[in-house]
Amino acid sequence: MSKSKKKPLVRMQGISKHFGGISALEDVSVDLYPGEVVGILGHNGAGKSTLVKILAGALTPDSGEIFVDGEPATIRDPNDARALGIETIYQELALCGNLDAPANLFMGREMNRYGFVDDAYMLRETRRILDSLHIKIESLTTRVDNLSGGQRQSIAIGRAVYFQAKILIMDEPTAALGMEETQLVVELIEELKTKGLGIFFISHDIHDVYRFTDRIYVLKGGKLVHTCPTNAHTQDEIVQMIISGRPPATAEQPRG
Amino acid sequence: MGETIARLKSYPLTWIVGVTILMAIVISMLSPHFLTVGNLTNLLKQVAIVAVLAGGQTLVILSGGIDLSSGSILALSAVTIGFLIENGYPPLLATFAGIVVGTLCGLINGIIIAKGRIPPFIATLGMMGIARGLALVITKGVSYMVLVPFFDIIGNGKLLGLPVPIVIVIVVYAALHIVLRRTVFGRHIYAIGGNEHVSRLEGIRVDHHKILIYTISGFLAAIAALIMVGRLASTPPHVARGAELEAIAAVIIGGTSFAGGIGAVETTLIGALIMAMITNALNILGVSSFWQQVFIGIVIIVAVWLDNLKGRR
Repeated sequence: MSKSKKKPLVRMQGISKHFGGISALEDVSVDLYPGEVVGILGHNGAGKSTLVKILAGALTPDSGEIFVDGEPATIRDPNDARALGIETIYQELALCGNLDAPANLFMGREMNRYGFVDDAYMLRETRRILDSLHIKIESLTTRVDNLSGGQRQSIAIGRAVYFQAKILIMDEPTAALGMEETQLVVELIEELKTKGLGIFFISHDIHDVYRFTDRIYVLKGGKLVHTCPTNAHTQDEIVQMIISGRPPATAEQPRG
Repeated sequence: MGETIARLKSYPLTWIVGVTILMAIVISMLSPHFLTVGNLTNLLKQVAIVAVLAGGQTLVILSGGIDLSSGSILALSAVTIGFLIENGYPPLLATFAGIVVGTLCGLINGIIIAKGRIPPFIATLGMMGIARGLALVITKGVSYMVLVPFFDIIGNGKLLGLPVPIVIVIVVYAALHIVLRRTVFGRHIYAIGGNEHVSRLEGIRVDHHKILIYTISGFLAAIAALIMVGRLASTPPHVARGAELEAIAAVIIGGTSFAGGIGAVETTLIGALIMAMITNALNILGVSSFWQQVFIGIVIIVAVWLDNLKGRR
């Protein structure tokens, strides 16, 4: 991870967001480099999800700037984010349960001629991309409601890979999954890391964080508390930071 | 093709066609008048108006919404046509105006729902009153006679050997079938009905699509109005009262999920046919028309109950 040489994939600078009178984010700045997995940590309500939803275009910030590949970016809706190569994997397994895998993988970007869908093409491509990621789903034409949580999450990940995401946001990607299913997602994340994507990783699970992330940001009450390489601290120290909302006594102050 | 949606819709079609044929056999055993060309043609003509409304209603319900205003929009379109013809305007212009009025009502529904964030039930309940009220305001409560050849042809004429109302139904359902099964817009209707929040996150233009869906429903209400004017040769402002509920019943009997996202338009047509068959059979058998509502009520509940049984595993 040679931060000094590369320019960041994403830089979010001075982001603030209020909901009514409540301040969800206050002047938060984060960045993400290619091939890096960055953990965003904090309690419920710390502002983690708000921050990544702004990057994903699901929310708009009240103030602050976003740079993608060094260029100022305006992200007003999810389509803007996707056009910039930003894809999101949501914790709630964001798929339409009534549709099949290809319909979900291509949702909002259906392969079509003059508005008519090309189902055969989408089925072939879905099979190809899932095979390439070693994801096994017996029937691609069944409603995804009938699939396991892990299979559904891997469709969401397949979608991000297929559309050549450069920046992946994973918002608690394993929260709704069982142990074996989590393993499936874990292997996918490791595969994506080697492909050089930048990943923002949000999780409550400190083991996951320790396992995947190269660097962490700790948020509390909408403010940035601390950032450091993950291995600069023990798991216990990180947990302490999340709970107390203060950097460890020995650590340097957060970078703006 | 269609593998995606095929699974969604395969289950209702099989049993519902079976039920319809079984009903036809039972009714024709009870009365020799049922299986006559004259009666069946009449039945299909009767079903045409509700069927066209139900076609639009299918799109609306698949998207997770409801349109309570389509019967009233039908009346307002019909009255517009009657008013213009009464005042000496040419039938084609009156037809055009009627279609514009219906489509505009649907467009307003869509804008209120999508942009105003008013629930479809409330928005279309409001439009139900507005359109019906305007129909009464325009006519001051009286019914205009429409005795022009153009509407006589729509109501009673034939095209390629088929009654024109039936031709209209075939065209409407063929078009809706293609839209739902083959187009990106149709796919998005299923997505919105399945999970609106996810649809938004995945970049589907949910608001745009909703406006289009309700506009189509309004347009089809106006098309149903043309058939109505042709059949009645007049435009009573109280016409089609409750027709929106019959249309909703046809969609539900046709196996489309009231929650949205699952169903098809072909089965709606069969749902409408089943309702018309019950009415028709009871008429032939000389059962009081008061009983007809009881039977149709039972059929609606049983149809949904059967669907639920299939859903359990």
